[in-house]
Amino acid sequence: MISQETQNQPPAGKTISLTIRAWRQARNKRKGHFAEYALDRIPIDASFLEMLDILNETLVQKGEDPIAFESDCREGICGTCGIVVDGLPHGPGQCTTCQLQIRDFKDGATITIEPFSTGAFPVIKDLVVDRSGLDRIIQAGGYVTVHSGPKPEPNSIPIEHAVVEDALDASACIGCGACVAACPNGSSSLFTSAKIGHLGLLPQGQPERNARVKNMVESMDEEGFGSCRNYAECQASCPKGISIKYIGRMNADYIKATISGGDHRGDMHAT
Amino acid sequence: MIQLDAKIPEGPIEDKWHNHLEHAKLVGPRNRPTYDVIVVGTGLAGASAASSLAAQGYNVHVFIYHDTPRRAHSIAAQGGINACKNYREDGDSTYRLFYDTQKGGDFRSREANVYRLAQTSTSIIDQCVAQGVPFAREYGGMLANRSFGGVLVERTFYCRGQTGQQLLLGAYQALQKEIEQGKVTMHTRSEMLDLVMVDGRARGIVYRDMVDGSIKSIAGEAVVLATGGYGAVYFNSTNAINSNGTAIWRAHKRGAAFANPSFVQIHPTCIPVSGDHQSKLTLMSESLRNDGRVWVPRAPGDKRKPGDIPESERYYYLEERYPTFGNLVPRDVASRAAKVVCDDGLGVGSTGYSVYMDFRDAIANKGQSTIAEKYGNLFDMYTEITGESPYEQPFRIYPAVHYCMGGLWVDYNLQTTIPGLYAIGEANFSDHGANRLGASSLMQCLADGYFILPQTIGDGLQPLYRDKVDTSHPAFAQTEGEVKDRIKRIMSIKGDSTPLSIHKRLGKVIWNNCGMSRNEQDLNSALDQVDQLKQEFWNNLNIPGSDQDVNQTLERAMRLMDFLEIGELMCRDALVRDESCGCHFRDEHVSEDGEVVRNDDEFSHVAAWEWKGEESTSDRHQEQLVYEAMQPATRSYK
Repeated sequence: MISQETQNQPPAGKTISLTIRAWRQARNKRKGHFAEYALDRIPIDASFLEMLDILNETLVQKGEDPIAFESDCREGICGTCGIVVDGLPHGPGQCTTCQLQIRDFKDGATITIEPFSTGAFPVIKDLVVDRSGLDRIIQAGGYVTVHSGPKPEPNSIPIEHAVVEDALDASACIGCGACVAACPNGSSSLFTSAKIGHLGLLPQGQPERNARVKNMVESMDEEGFGSCRNYAECQASCPKGISIKYIGRMNADYIKATISGGDHRGDMHAT
Repeated sequence: MIQLDAKIPEGPIEDKWHNHLEHAKLVGPRNRPTYDVIVVGTGLAGASAASSLAAQGYNVHVFIYHDTPRRAHSIAAQGGINACKNYREDGDSTYRLFYDTQKGGDFRSREANVYRLAQTSTSIIDQCVAQGVPFAREYGGMLANRSFGGVLVERTFYCRGQTGQQLLLGAYQALQKEIEQGKVTMHTRSEMLDLVMVDGRARGIVYRDMVDGSIKSIAGEAVVLATGGYGAVYFNSTNAINSNGTAIWRAHKRGAAFANPSFVQIHPTCIPVSGDHQSKLTLMSESLRNDGRVWVPRAPGDKRKPGDIPESERYYYLEERYPTFGNLVPRDVASRAAKVVCDDGLGVGSTGYSVYMDFRDAIANKGQSTIAEKYGNLFDMYTEITGESPYEQPFRIYPAVHYCMGGLWVDYNLQTTIPGLYAIGEANFSDHGANRLGASSLMQCLADGYFILPQTIGDGLQPLYRDKVDTSHPAFAQTEGEVKDRIKRIMSIKGDSTPLSIHKRLGKVIWNNCGMSRNEQDLNSALDQVDQLKQEFWNNLNIPGSDQDVNQTLERAMRLMDFLEIGELMCRDALVRDESCGCHFRDEHVSEDGEVVRNDDEFSHVAAWEWKGEESTSDRHQEQLVYEAMQPATRSYK
C-alpha cells in the first residue's frame, strides 16, 4: 500500500525565473512607486497568484511588508482578484487574474503589476482598491422587489430557453471591475448594463424595468464613473466575455424610460 | 455545563414545523425596528437571512471581511440546488428527499430538521425564480432538472455550472435593496474576532477594521453566524483563500457547543494536487458524474495514454462495485473508492493519485454541443488550469476537502447553546449527518436564511423588549481588551516561521490522519503533531508590518491560531467516535467488502463539545438521535 503522504509530494517539474515590477503604495493618500523583485525557480505549474504567494512568502521571511493583493475563490468566479498585468486588467487572455498560469509567461520575463486604479476605484494599499461604487449602482435598482415568503409556481410563467440563456450570459458578471479598469473613460457601463440586461429580459424584472434603468444609469454618474464612448475595451477585458450588446439595450431602455414621463408604472420609489 | 435541548416540536413529523410556527412567540411589526440583529457573513445563508429579517422590519447590521457581499464562497457552488418538485414524475416527494438526505448522511442527523428542510425545498425555487434567478429552462419554457449523487430521481435545478453564483446574486440583490432602504447597515472589510457575552446571552461582537486595524464592537439583541465551514484547516481544500473558522470558534470558546467536528466531506471530483506551491484545489461539479464515467486502468502502472487503453482493460470501479447507483454514488463512497484504487497502485498521472472521468461515450452518444451546453464552463475551467481538454482526453480527478457537516450545535430554532446566538448554513451542524448529498448545501443555506431563521428568531427576541444593552456595558471594553491583547501577543513573537508555512504543515497533519480514513494510532499521533505546531506558532511566528494597517499576514495568522485548535478538536472527536459512518471511516470498523460499519448502539448521537479553557480538555456531550419516521438501516448503493 502506498502511503497517503505520496500525494503531497510535488512532482519534479520545470521552473522559470521572473522579475516582478510591482506597484507599492502604503495607503490611499501616500505616493506610490514601482519596486522590482527577482524570482527564480517558480514552478511552471503554479498559477500567477501562487507566484505572488511565493514572492510574498520570501518577503515575510525577510521581515519585509508583503505586497497586498486580494483574491478569494481562485477559480474565476468570486471577482475578488484584479491586477493590471503588463498593462491589461487581469493580464493576457480573457480570464481573471487568478486563472492566469505561469506556463503562459516566458522564462526571464519582467512582469509589471499595478492596481485596477481609476478615479472611481481609489487605492487602499498596493494592489488593493475600493470597488464599492459598483455595489451602490446595484443598490440603485439592480434587483426585483420581493419579500421572502410564498410565491407563485414558477412553471406558471414559462420562459423561453434562449431568453434564459441570454439573461444568464449577462448575469454571469462577477463584479470584478475589469471593464472599468480597461475603459479609457473609466466607465462602468458594461457592469451596469449586464444587470439591467439580465433583469430586463425576464418577466420577473418587468414591473420595475423603467425605474431600474433610470436609477442605475444616474447612479453611475453620481459614483464618478465616466461615460461610454464605445471603445469596447470592456468587452475585450471581461473575464466572462459579456457582450457590449447589453450597453446598447441599456441605452435603448434608458431612452424609453425617460420619455415615459408621468407614467409611474414601474416606479420603485413611492413619492 | 451545557444543556442540549433540541426543542423538537410535538406531533407527527409532517406537522412539526407548522405546529411549531403556529405556537411560536412573535415580535410585532411595530416592535421589530427596535431590535438590532447582527449577521456575520453574506453567503447564501447570511445574505438571505439578513435581507429577509430587514424586510420584516428588524434593524440589521451585516459584517464581512470581503470588500462586497457578493464575494462570499457560496458563489463558487457549481452544480445545482435540490428541491422535491417532482416535475419529472419520477417518484419524488418530500418524504423521498428526507429519506435520501437521512440515508446519505448515514443516519447521523436530526430527523425533524431534515424533514423540515425537505418541506421547505420547493419554496426556495419559487422564491429564487421570483427574484429573477435564471434557472435552466427546457425548450417549452419549463424548469429543467438533472440528477446528483445518492439519489434515483432528477430533482436538481441549475444555472449551467454556476448555480451558486446565480442564487447568491439573487440574495445579494435582495440585500442591496435593503441597504438602499436603510434597513441594513453593511460593514465591509470588517472581520469578527470575538463574541460579547452579557449575563449569559450573546449581546454583540468585536471586529477589526481591516483597513486601519482598529478594534471596534457593536451591540445587538441577536447575533447570527453565517460564516461557513472550517475546511481550510486542511490548507489544501476547495474553500476560498480567506474561508476560516474564527467566528464559530470564538463563539465556541464563549460557550457554544461544537457538534461533530470530525465530519468533513471530501469531494471526489477535484483537480489533483500538482505541487507544494498549490494554494487551493478546484472542484469539478458532481453534475459531471451524470455523463462522465470514472475509471482507472486495470493493470497497475499502465502508462499508456487513456485513449489507447481498450475497453476491456479499463476498470469502471464505481459502475462495477455499485451497479444501482453507478457513477452517482454519494460523495463519501466515491471518494473512498478513488483512494482505494490509487492506494492499490492503479491511479494515473505523475503522482499516481488521480483517476479518469471520461466523456468519450457521452460525446459519442449525445454530441459535443449538448455536452458543451450542459458543462461548457466546467470543461473550460479544467482546460485553463491543466492545459488539457476534456473534449479530447478524460478529466483527471482526485478527492479534496470540500464541506464541513460539523459545526456549531443548534436547536430546532437554529439557536446555539448560547441564548441569542444563531448559526445558519454550513456554520451549523444540523442537516447533513455524516455525509452531505450534492446540491443540498445551497438548499440548506437558503432554507435557513429565507424561511426558517426569520420565523424562529422572534421566539428568542420576544422576552428582550425594553431590555437594551449598548457598547458602554463593561463587557464590551473587556472583550475588546482581550482581542487587542491577542493581537499584541501575536505581533510581538518576532520569530522565524511564517503563518503560511505552519498552515501548510497543519494541513498535511490533518489530511494524513483525519482525512478519508482514520485510526486510533494516527489520530493520537496527529494530536501530538498539532501540539508541536501550536508551540511553534506561539514561540516562533513572524509577522512583519503593523497591526494598524492592512496586514494580510496578521489576518492569516489570527485565522491559523484558531485552525490549530479546531484541528485538535477534529482529531479528538474522530478518536472518540469509535465507529465508521459516512465520511468518518475508521480503519478499525470496515466490512469485508470495504464499506463503513456503523455502531448504532453506542454512537447514534450527535457529539457536542464544550470548551473548558486553554488548560483543560473539552467535554463531550451527547444529543441522542431519535428515529420515528425512518429506521436506520445499513446504507447500500450497490
